[in-house]
Amino acid sequence: MSSYAQLPVLEQAILTLSALVLLSSFALLAQSRVIATIKTFAIQGMLLTAGTLLVAADSGERQLYISALLTLLLKVIFIPWLLIRQSRKLGILRDLDTVIRPGFLLLGASAMVIFCYSVAQPIERFAAGITRDAIALSLAVVMLSMLMLITRRKAITQVVAFMTLENGLFFAAVTTTQGMPMVVELGVAFDVLVAAIIFGIFFFHIRDSIETLDVNQLSRLSEADE
Amino acid sequence: MSDQGITELLVAIAVGGSLGAALLAMLADHYIKYARWLVFVPLGISGVSSTMAGVGVLFGLPTFTITLPLGLPWLHWHLNFDLLSSFFLAVIGIVTVAVSIFGPGYVRDYERGHYSQALLGIATGLFVAGMQLVVLADDTFAFMIAWELMSVSSYLLVAYEHHESANRRAAFIYLLMAQIGAVLILLAFGVMSGFGSDLSFTALRTNELTPLWQTIAFTLALLGFGMKAGIVPLHIWLPEAHPVAPSHISALMSGVMLKIAVYGFIRFTFDLLGSPQWSWGVAVLIIGSITALFGVLYALMQHDLKRLLAYHSVENIGIIYIGLGLAMIFFGSGFPKLGLLGLVGALYHTLNHALFKSLLFLGAGAILQRSHEHSLEHMGGLIRHMPWTAVFFLIGCLSISALPPLNGFVSEWLIFQTALQATVLEGGVLRAIIPLTAAVLALSGALAAACFVKVYSVVFLGVGRAKRVRHVHEARPSMVLAQALLAGLCLLFGVLPTLTVAALGRVTQALTGEGLASATRYGWLWLTPVSPKVASYSAPLVALGIIIALSVWVVIYFWVRSSRSGSSIVIRDPWDCGFGSLTSRMQYTPSAFTMPIRQIFQPAFLVHEDNVREMDPQLPTRPAQLRYNMHVEDITWNAVYRPVENAIHKASRLVGRIQTGHLRHYLAYSFITLLVLLWLIA
Amino acid sequence: MADRLSLLAWLLALLQTLLFIALAPLFSGWVKRMKCYLQNRQPPGWWQPYRDLRRLLSKDLVISHTASPIFRITPYIVCGTAILAASVIPFIVINVPIGSMADAIVLVGVFALGRFFVALAGMDVGTSFGGMGSSREMTVAALAEPAMLLVLFTLAMVAGSTNLATIVTHTLGEPLVLRPSLLFSLAALILVSIAETGRVPVDNPATHLELTMIHEAMILEYSGRHLGLIEYSSQIKLMIYAVLIANLFFPWGIAQSTTPLELTTALAAVLAKLGLLGMLLALVESVVAKMRIFRVPTFLAVAFTIALVGMLSAIILEAGA
Repeated sequence: MSSYAQLPVLEQAILTLSALVLLSSFALLAQSRVIATIKTFAIQGMLLTAGTLLVAADSGERQLYISALLTLLLKVIFIPWLLIRQSRKLGILRDLDTVIRPGFLLLGASAMVIFCYSVAQPIERFAAGITRDAIALSLAVVMLSMLMLITRRKAITQVVAFMTLENGLFFAAVTTTQGMPMVVELGVAFDVLVAAIIFGIFFFHIRDSIETLDVNQLSRLSEADE
Repeated sequence: MSDQGITELLVAIAVGGSLGAALLAMLADHYIKYARWLVFVPLGISGVSSTMAGVGVLFGLPTFTITLPLGLPWLHWHLNFDLLSSFFLAVIGIVTVAVSIFGPGYVRDYERGHYSQALLGIATGLFVAGMQLVVLADDTFAFMIAWELMSVSSYLLVAYEHHESANRRAAFIYLLMAQIGAVLILLAFGVMSGFGSDLSFTALRTNELTPLWQTIAFTLALLGFGMKAGIVPLHIWLPEAHPVAPSHISALMSGVMLKIAVYGFIRFTFDLLGSPQWSWGVAVLIIGSITALFGVLYALMQHDLKRLLAYHSVENIGIIYIGLGLAMIFFGSGFPKLGLLGLVGALYHTLNHALFKSLLFLGAGAILQRSHEHSLEHMGGLIRHMPWTAVFFLIGCLSISALPPLNGFVSEWLIFQTALQATVLEGGVLRAIIPLTAAVLALSGALAAACFVKVYSVVFLGVGRAKRVRHVHEARPSMVLAQALLAGLCLLFGVLPTLTVAALGRVTQALTGEGLASATRYGWLWLTPVSPKVASYSAPLVALGIIIALSVWVVIYFWVRSSRSGSSIVIRDPWDCGFGSLTSRMQYTPSAFTMPIRQIFQPAFLVHEDNVREMDPQLPTRPAQLRYNMHVEDITWNAVYRPVENAIHKASRLVGRIQTGHLRHYLAYSFITLLVLLWLIA
Repeated sequence: MADRLSLLAWLLALLQTLLFIALAPLFSGWVKRMKCYLQNRQPPGWWQPYRDLRRLLSKDLVISHTASPIFRITPYIVCGTAILAASVIPFIVINVPIGSMADAIVLVGVFALGRFFVALAGMDVGTSFGGMGSSREMTVAALAEPAMLLVLFTLAMVAGSTNLATIVTHTLGEPLVLRPSLLFSLAALILVSIAETGRVPVDNPATHLELTMIHEAMILEYSGRHLGLIEYSSQIKLMIYAVLIANLFFPWGIAQSTTPLELTTALAAVLAKLGLLGMLLALVESVVAKMRIFRVPTFLAVAFTIALVGMLSAIILEAGA
């Protein structure tokens, strides 16, 4: 255990931030209020920004500073603002989304984290530096966001889950390979932005069509005989 | 007489005593006045002798192996009395002694009934003899005969009050599951022997099997012995059979018979199979955790006292299996010293459970005999009428809730310390799962404490909830004495854990060849499982600390009382918020006590609720009578047993198509069989 | 182990315990003072808690006719176990011989013993209030146990022992480390302590509405010196949890040897830490609303999750190989 104590403080801080990101994923899973979900997503974005800045300071890669700025602008400021604005227009901002069996869900999420850890162990032998331990955590964040996609009923929280998925992938990239090539980075970021805007437009269409944003009701769009 | 001769004599007296009790019981129906003594005196002698033999061997007397000229001509009975057998024989002995002291007072009420005293006595004697022989057996044949003797005689005891149909049904389920378990055990032994002809344990030990066959044998043994021990989901017979039997028999069944199943499992895995694989340990660990949590959750929901205690037996078997699973994981991963620690913890918990569960069942028997009341919902305030039973029952409740300084705490502490050593393991997944199972163990321990607060306070404290329980008497002195004996032992094993661990260390050393010197290196005062830096517990000092802290307050109390003459004690009515006229119906009922837990863990239960309101005919909106009925059914009936039952029915119906009723078809069957045989011979 | 039995060490342990239990009412009084300041009220005097205890000890006892002997012996058992627990905590000096007699798990067990008897006493009188208090208290305690145990496990995994003195020594011996596992364990321990000591948002210690009580409902029937003893043991319990949080996670300043200089600095350090914790507790109690009883399982599930993530961090991130 003392090998942890011998790491430089910067790397310890990066690992601590990774753990906090995982905690925010858990919080997103268990959160039922729409407004709190969006705010937690913003907090996760802030943790990612801080993490990227620390990795930038630790490894000296200049482009990571730009990544951090991009993350801050998009994931902490713009997308949450957009989501809140859309929710307010649709009148669902103060709604509750049902979370099925939060107890089991949290247990399943923990099992998922342990599973990701066991899966990531062979990979970890090839990566260098402290960041290899964070691979397991980033994989877990991706898995938890998919779990959130499966267990939610309202469209708005599913969109947040999708964003979180992208967060997890971004986090994996930052910690293992010190960021993606700038072109890829910018491309993915704009994809996410466009997705958020298009989702917003689609919400109105879906609601006009079936008068609700409950995803379970989308099965009514099927043309098969009932 | 040589030391070995002493051991052989004691064991012979033990088995002979219980068989003698069975024999003498045949005269019981003719000499009804002496029936009790005919059965329980030899049984008591048998118990004392078993204890002496067991404890003697643990502390130095030699072990022995003999071959009796009984059994099949080519397969004589081998008996082997080694350290593991001696430990379990001592456990059998202690509980038998307590039951023999309790028995005469309890059985007196059956003398005037329409059930045969002889049957009760014969079955009891054979039951104890069967258990003793299982522990002594050294070959498959002897083992299975003794096992069946144990099962069938306990079936007779469960079905003793057979005029009630519910009892007959419970006994049937018990017998069915016992037989299925016995078949699985037999198959396990068969696989171990390589389907050869030599069935003695020495041959089974030296037989080499491929890992696949070892796993098959292990799985069969786990299921077979597990069915008898009561792991989830094979536990369904436990809460049906244990409440139905007479209370002293329930004590024997819950306190000892379940341990014999654990003995069988330990003997099979650690002795016959030799080196357990760690993957088996993971399976056992997970099964143990699920069993522990399931048992305690269902125990909380019961309102029949003995059924509640039966579900707690399920929980404690789960805890024992957690200890065994940890031991197997550490043994299989190459850490024998830590594996030993887990094994010692499991064995210690076996001893503890035998003591406090028997104590609780005997107390329940005393309460049942005096109040004729099964249901917790009608009890209350018994501490005034049955003070001694209340005191000893309290010690039983404290022990089973794993509270220091009693014995339940020590074994749970040992298991926690073993689980904590998980950091030495290599697989990250194991290192994560083991602390999670420890968290489940902590949860079930805390829920058990909640359950026993409910039980004790509903039965003994407060005010009687039904008229019947307001006029009961204390149990007969012999019954109280038996409970006192067990309570004293609970206290003893809680305050002197180091000596017990030293003795158990000898058992595990004989089993696996490793010693546990570090745990007891610092004398009788300190228990240091791995090293003093890691963890140390001094039970005598903690107990002393509690006593000192209490006595300091008692001193202060007397000083305050003597110096201030104005302070006095006033006896008044309880606080009623100004409404007045409190009745006993306004107390918390046991179902009310556990309502929050029922709501929180609701997915685990199958709750049938019934709320009937009869409206007042004159005023249609006012209820004249309210009846609320709640029953929690075991979820494994629907989840496991009904599907199996349906599958068997379907399969039987399919096979039943052969019976068409047409003569031509039957002739055709014979014809086809003849053709096939001719073709095979050719 | 022979050195553990030296007379001087035991004397020091006794003195430390006496100091601990003498300061316990002062700590509760401090929390109340801070709440008064936050709520713009005039606080009571510094010695008011002691005056309250003395007043209770001298009053008559009123006992219900339905109560049994269990009702009468419970206050002594509860207070005795609280004092025993207090003697095991590393308060000023790390290595006390009593500390090796009981480790963290035994500490949890000793608290459970006290709680068992208080719950029995609640049901003893035969009223609805007592039953309600006992039922809720046992439920909350049962749900808090797994979280507490996971916190202890994480600490034991990091420090290699469940012995409190060893954990403190380990943290002191390391350079300034930022461990996510300890961070999460601290958060989880704070949440569990709030549940176990019965403070807002789990239970309001100052409420007089019976239907909102958990702990107070169990002791509703107690009066006179019995009530005094039980109040005193609650104060000791609060101080125990506060000292645990302070000294397990931020042990700097604690005395490692018994020189007078180290002892005085240790006393000053622990008093400063307790003062800070008291202020934080008062702030939380004034700002956060009390939860209804069926939200408490969610609260404890959050504590469990945080403890679980802490343990997973210890395994995944800090284990090295």
